[in-house]
Amino acid sequence: MIGTIVFWVAALVAVAAGVEVFRTDSMARASYALAASFVAVGVMLLAFELDYLGVIVILMMVMEMAIMALFMIMLMGMNPALMPMSMVHGKRTATVVAAVVFVGLAAAALLIPWPDRAGAPAADLTRSLGDAVMGSKMLVMLTVSPVLFATIIGALVLGHPRDRYQRYGDDLERDHPDDPIQGGVGR
Amino acid sequence: MTLSLVLVVAAALFAVGLWGALSQQVVVMVMMGIELMINAVILAGGAFWWFTTPSPDGQVLLLVVIAAMTVEMAMGFAVALLLHRRRGTDMTDMASELKR
Repeated sequence: MIGTIVFWVAALVAVAAGVEVFRTDSMARASYALAASFVAVGVMLLAFELDYLGVIVILMMVMEMAIMALFMIMLMGMNPALMPMSMVHGKRTATVVAAVVFVGLAAAALLIPWPDRAGAPAADLTRSLGDAVMGSKMLVMLTVSPVLFATIIGALVLGHPRDRYQRYGDDLERDHPDDPIQGGVGR
Repeated sequence: MTLSLVLVVAAALFAVGLWGALSQQVVVMVMMGIELMINAVILAGGAFWWFTTPSPDGQVLLLVVIAAMTVEMAMGFAVALLLHRRRGTDMTDMASELKR
């Protein structure tokens, strides 16, 4: 009973905080609202006894939103008290598409005869996940690892202020790159 | 608490995120919409796992979804930073070269 109440309170918070993300004028507040939505989803995962994944989602998303708030203030740097924020386009189309998608998904969720539960969860779910990751599902994690590594490299290449393509500026045919500090092998 | 009702909550989260991803002009706000959509996928995945087949496979799938969200976040920030450095803007309308 308590689990059901906690779940529905968390569900309400998740959706309300999600809506608040796009209603608030403050970039920082939008980040905090998104973090609240993620924490609520993490609590719902805990209600499914997914202890490890629930805690991972909560911890990861709180940190992620803290970084996101930093980026938003850094990139936009506006004070909502001085400049109310409403930067949207195609609002009507977006509203119609979102409403149609919600009605379609909700109808499918309610009308499809979902199968009954097959099997029972393991006694220690975190241990069973660890066994799967280090055993039969190791290939999955071995695939995720290079993807994450490629992401680190890709993000660094994109985020670095001066990359190899900027060395030549607009004239890619020029003889020498426009390096602020000459070096290397005599170029 | 049934699978159908949890999926309706996930659908609501997904729709809110979709609205944000389609309507927002700021790149970081678009990312927030996408994050909300992935948030809904995580919730729906957890519900499917719990109500249909509570085996470790479902948990591994959720781990992959969380990893995908991390990748989206990192690359989104990198693109936002690049756009801001090159154009001095963080609006999606200012990055429409591929339309030409």
